[in-house]
Amino acid sequence: MLLIPCPHCGPRSHIEFTYAGDATLRRPADDAPLAEWADYVYLRDNPHGPHREYWHHVHGCRAYVTVERDTATHAIVTPGGEAS
Amino acid sequence: MSAEPFRLPSGGAIDRTRTLAFTFDGRSYTGHPGDTLASALLANGVRIVGRSFKYHRPRGVFTAGPEEPNALVRVGEGARAEPNTRATMVELYDGLVAQSQNCWPSLGLDIWALNNLLAPLFPAGFYYKTFMAPARAWPAYERIIRRAAGIGAHVPHADPDRYERRFAHCDVLVVGGGAAGIMAATAAARAGADVMLIDERDTLGGHLRGERGGAEILLPYLRELAADKNVRLLPRTTAFGVYDHGTVALAERVTDHLGAAATPSLPRQRLWMVRAREIVIAAGAIERPLVFAGNDRPTVMLASAVRTYINRFAVLPGRRAVVFTNNSDAACTARDLTAAGVEVAAVVDARAGQAVVATTGRSLRAVAISSIDDAGRPIDASRWIDCDLLAVSGGLTPSVHLHSHTGGKLTWEETIAAFVPGTGAANIRVCGAARGVFPLADSLSDGVRAGGVAAQALGLKPPALDLPACAPEEPWSIRPLWEVKSARNMRGKRFVDLQDDVTADDLELAVRENYRSIEHVKRYTTLGMGTDQGKTANLNGLAIVAQRRAETIATVGTTTFRSPYTPVALGALAGPETGKYFEPIRRTPLHDWHAAQGATFVEAGQWLRPRAYPRPGESFNAAWRREVLSVRGTAGICDVSTLGKIDVQGPDATAFLERVYCNGFARLPVGHGRYGLMLREDGIVLDDGTVTRIGERQYFLTTTTSNAGRALAHLEYLLQAVWPELKVRVASVTDQYGQIALAGPRSRDVLGKVADIAVDSAALSFLGSAVTTIAGARVRLLRVSYSGELAYEIAIPAGHTVAVWEALLVAGQEFGLAPYGAEAMAAMRIEKGHAAGAEINGQTTPADLGLARLVSTKKYFVGRRLLERPAMADAARPTLIGLTPVDGVTPIPAGAQLIADARAKPPVKMLGHVTSATFSPTLGRPIALALLTGGMARIDETLVAASPLDGVSVAARVVHPVFYDPAGERLHD
Amino acid sequence: MYSFPRLVREAFRRHSGWEPTWRSPEPKPRYDVVIVGGGGHGLATAYYLAKEPGIANVAVLEKGALGLGNTGRNTTIVRSNYLLDANAHFYEWSLKLWEGLSQELNFNVMFSQRGVINLAHSDAQRDQYRRRGNAMRLNGIDAVWLNRAELARRVPLLNCSDDARYPIVGGLLQPRGGTARHDAVAWGYARAADARGVDIIQNCEVTGFRIEHGRVRGVDTTRGFIAADKVALAVAGHTGQVAAMAGLRLPIETHVLQAFVSEPLKPMLDTVVTFGAGHFYVSQSDKGELVMGGDLDFYSSYAQRGNLPAVQHAVECGLAMFPSFSRLRMMRSWAGVMDMTMDGSPIISKTPIENLYIDGGWCYGGFKATPGSGWVFAWTIAKDEPHPLNAAFALDRFRRGAVIDEKGAGPDAKAH
Repeated sequence: MLLIPCPHCGPRSHIEFTYAGDATLRRPADDAPLAEWADYVYLRDNPHGPHREYWHHVHGCRAYVTVERDTATHAIVTPGGEAS
Repeated sequence: MSAEPFRLPSGGAIDRTRTLAFTFDGRSYTGHPGDTLASALLANGVRIVGRSFKYHRPRGVFTAGPEEPNALVRVGEGARAEPNTRATMVELYDGLVAQSQNCWPSLGLDIWALNNLLAPLFPAGFYYKTFMAPARAWPAYERIIRRAAGIGAHVPHADPDRYERRFAHCDVLVVGGGAAGIMAATAAARAGADVMLIDERDTLGGHLRGERGGAEILLPYLRELAADKNVRLLPRTTAFGVYDHGTVALAERVTDHLGAAATPSLPRQRLWMVRAREIVIAAGAIERPLVFAGNDRPTVMLASAVRTYINRFAVLPGRRAVVFTNNSDAACTARDLTAAGVEVAAVVDARAGQAVVATTGRSLRAVAISSIDDAGRPIDASRWIDCDLLAVSGGLTPSVHLHSHTGGKLTWEETIAAFVPGTGAANIRVCGAARGVFPLADSLSDGVRAGGVAAQALGLKPPALDLPACAPEEPWSIRPLWEVKSARNMRGKRFVDLQDDVTADDLELAVRENYRSIEHVKRYTTLGMGTDQGKTANLNGLAIVAQRRAETIATVGTTTFRSPYTPVALGALAGPETGKYFEPIRRTPLHDWHAAQGATFVEAGQWLRPRAYPRPGESFNAAWRREVLSVRGTAGICDVSTLGKIDVQGPDATAFLERVYCNGFARLPVGHGRYGLMLREDGIVLDDGTVTRIGERQYFLTTTTSNAGRALAHLEYLLQAVWPELKVRVASVTDQYGQIALAGPRSRDVLGKVADIAVDSAALSFLGSAVTTIAGARVRLLRVSYSGELAYEIAIPAGHTVAVWEALLVAGQEFGLAPYGAEAMAAMRIEKGHAAGAEINGQTTPADLGLARLVSTKKYFVGRRLLERPAMADAARPTLIGLTPVDGVTPIPAGAQLIADARAKPPVKMLGHVTSATFSPTLGRPIALALLTGGMARIDETLVAASPLDGVSVAARVVHPVFYDPAGERLHD
Repeated sequence: MYSFPRLVREAFRRHSGWEPTWRSPEPKPRYDVVIVGGGGHGLATAYYLAKEPGIANVAVLEKGALGLGNTGRNTTIVRSNYLLDANAHFYEWSLKLWEGLSQELNFNVMFSQRGVINLAHSDAQRDQYRRRGNAMRLNGIDAVWLNRAELARRVPLLNCSDDARYPIVGGLLQPRGGTARHDAVAWGYARAADARGVDIIQNCEVTGFRIEHGRVRGVDTTRGFIAADKVALAVAGHTGQVAAMAGLRLPIETHVLQAFVSEPLKPMLDTVVTFGAGHFYVSQSDKGELVMGGDLDFYSSYAQRGNLPAVQHAVECGLAMFPSFSRLRMMRSWAGVMDMTMDGSPIISKTPIENLYIDGGWCYGGFKATPGSGWVFAWTIAKDEPHPLNAAFALDRFRRGAVIDEKGAGPDAKAH
């Protein structure tokens, strides 16, 4: 089990969380070109290695916790903090 | 024959004061506490205990531990019978019943042993090359293959036992209670660490328990550990997997060894998930067999197992023995045999260029020995030596499994001819024999070292620790002998994997056919794929493959070690979450009331909702149809507490909802509600519900029952990840409020009787909201309708829900107010053409659901931009319509597809599908909703609702989806 | 040629006559088509390309050994029980190819049509599955609805009682679905492709693409540059990583999926069964092991290993269906990494780079697609345009809004 560092609750087992994907995505401006919008919703860098990502602490404080985790080893590279 | 003819008159760690009775294949035997099933069988002279997987060759006990490839038996009776159980790991209990497997009609006479005669036809992977013609015969071939395969038989009964799950944390988890493990645990505990020490056997002590002198020297340390309240000792516990971030999974056998004497309150097994800051692996080593012709006969046995049976169990595995070895352990094996009175006919030492080249006897009767060259080829005439026991030792393989589970690397160590742990997880330390440190004195100090390093890593100071004195040993030495080639005129299979009957020739064939990667070899030959996962076989196999590839063993590399180390009961993995407890059940505050009224229930999400309230003698269908007519005619109340409820607060709450819903919210006044439609960012409908503005900065949202969690997570994501600058907080209040729908033309009259405010149309108009007191509870009213009648939803602090419900029923008695369930509600919503779960299915846009008019063009909202993509407005998209049977009476099957012509042959173009179907009690005929290409443009067309699954086609007319009161006059009254 | 008479002949000469299953040639400097990825899909693509007249010069480059990615890590289920037309037609074509595959390849892939049953546990789910079953039938695919009594007869170990947490209301059976021997599929295609002249090059990792003026010219590998007119990727699990070397960003997130087997048992389960109140599927292999799988671990990962909770949950589902499995044991577990796409459907497509093609995004289900995918991908490469069967699986469907979202789970890769 992964140990996710929650800034509110401390290190908690990953089964308390829902993984919520890439935390580096930035929602385009409302009037940005449609292609940019589609890319935001669908395309991912999906790196092999360190990945900044959200873990939603659904069975805890409900925070979207940002964590940098290595997708090749599952090691937590940088315990992040709250979203954004 | 005397009882236990092969039991030594004295010695061993068994309790001779008690005798335990057990049976094997129906015959009665005896043993003693302290025995395993294997030792007890050997004590009774039972030599053949099973049949091999492929050739059905008779096999005997080969090891004394978890690595056992041969002695797999069924243990227990009835629903408690367990197939494929390793006799070497079963502690004997009184009344134990064991049965042999994989043979017919009996272990002694097994028809399937014909396979052995046909063996030349069955080399590795033969099945890939045949059974292809004629193609239609394959199912028949396959039936035979399947019958021949498998080992034990499944018992088709539910498991009567319980399993438990525990979580634990510790500073240092030490896996393996042998010499190194005990010293590591002692070192860590003395440094002040919180320690868990676990071992898969019934008692700690490790391999020393099988050696002369036993584990005596460890006892002071064990006593100290047992007395330390910071130390937990867990015997009968297998660490079967190491996972991420210091998690180790343990399977503890709590009552397996007790048989009928087990306390019923205890679980059978317990699964531990341990989070350890430091992990010390002291898992020991497993002895390797030697590969030579006829090396599978009973009683060819690992030398360490021979010593264990003699020293620990006081059992003689034979009376006249030959020892065949390539390493320095030979001396102690011969010594222990002699001490036990076994005649050692020969010590065949590969280091001196000698080898066993053949064996004979159904149970071993004699072995042939010969000189061999460096390549393992016999070079002179062999001579036969009579014996009934052959102790073999091909060296020791460190148990690196757990080290490798999280990706730890291995290094080849030539001096012991085995892999040892290389780099691995930062918090895992391997010590003792598991690291290739074999001599006892070295292993003890290596344990102290590992425990000390672990303590140090935790910031503790490792203590000084005196090592126990142990007898001097000759330095460990080995001359690798991976296989003995067949002598001329001496036939006999040379087994590498005893369980799966993989021979050295099979491995050679695989390499010759270019299955060179060790993974290919494994998969092609099934090397190491049995229940023992090749614990005794893999390294020999690897070395033989390396030789055939003319490469080093290190280059060939190992296959990946994966959890579980030894097989784990599925029951233990599932723990208590079985049967009714597979998932929780959610009940509304009114649940008991519904149940007392005889309601039938339906599940939505994990909620139980009342489906209908049949009266005595009334059918389900009659009940819900009556409920519909009652709502339409007078009034009804329905428990809608399962709706998701979200409290939204903050100065930016209005701005937030403007962005979240596709319809407008900017001008919603306080004290009013509105229907809200929420989209995903891709423009597809996520959920719908009501939004009530209960203050300048506060809203009360409802979601559908099934999407409650998803909708909340969506809002939280937007607030935290996308628009953190918005000053808004959201919280689920689903469980804090009960909710009741009060619907029907007389609902206002009912409400007027109980509310302490005016509820007439002027005071509480359609979509108006107000707070009032009913039955002493402050409740919030929203005049909103799902049924299509004049109706109210009442949100009640959960604890008051029953009181309010009952007050409404009392007040409504004079009007004929009656409760209605989910079935009536569903029928009424179809009559009204409201989209629900079958239409809001994650594939539909607002326009698909006929809700395009709601979508604001004046603002940006979640989903707006991707809704502009060309395919989202494609004219061919199916959109919501109503259907009614042309004949007015035939039900339209839910799940039917819409086609143009009932006689068309597949593939048939599908125009759409029926989403929801019911009988409309109000209209007195079947109706349905559907998503149809072309949608409303097809009004009045006749199509076919086809359900070929049950051979039904119904001619149906396309109609407007709102079947009842399309102008909405009743709810606006 | 593999046959029973040949096996008998070889038995008399101690199997000394068996030839290598495929050659291990040195890479040539140039090929018409280079296929990156020596799994089932890449090898099948090479085989069907080599069958195509005019294309003789094909190589498959594999960074390790053949078939050890998801081809050798799946639960071997083959089916075509899909709702949406694009999926239904494609997987049905694949299933048809499966039906003759052992003979086509002269390699027994042990395709066993023992049926695939999807259990339904509520009225809503029953309607949903029946909708799918009806669509299958109208698309010309076999489908049968089984009520609870029929299920109890067919799968006697199934818990069909009302005491179940989620009582079974019925099940959708595809009789022609089943299982196959996964390794044999890779080896069979490799052998057949090799026989048609395809160079299968193991231990050759692609490290980069040569792209000039928007057109691919070849690949850099650990064994040097290899020129190619056309380059095709079949590296599911690592599609995102490999495509990134060509500068492509994809609608894919990589996730880890675990599977596990029980110890071998005598025949006890004669069909494939999937649970409807959770994600779990089980069948019994010819060797006797119960082969089981469930959900993803639900976090992105390339590690090819997962954590225990996902396995525990799958087992809980399994015991909910089959209470008698409780005393059986998990013997081996493993994990593979999945290309999870944003709509749950695959990508078999041209790319913005000329003569570079992608086959990937197989989510949980690439194994059953192997023959069909190889076939349409070969067509797409040879003709530089999609076959009608894979036209819908184009890379640009996300921008167009023409997603193929069988479950309606939306743009959340792990949810499919």
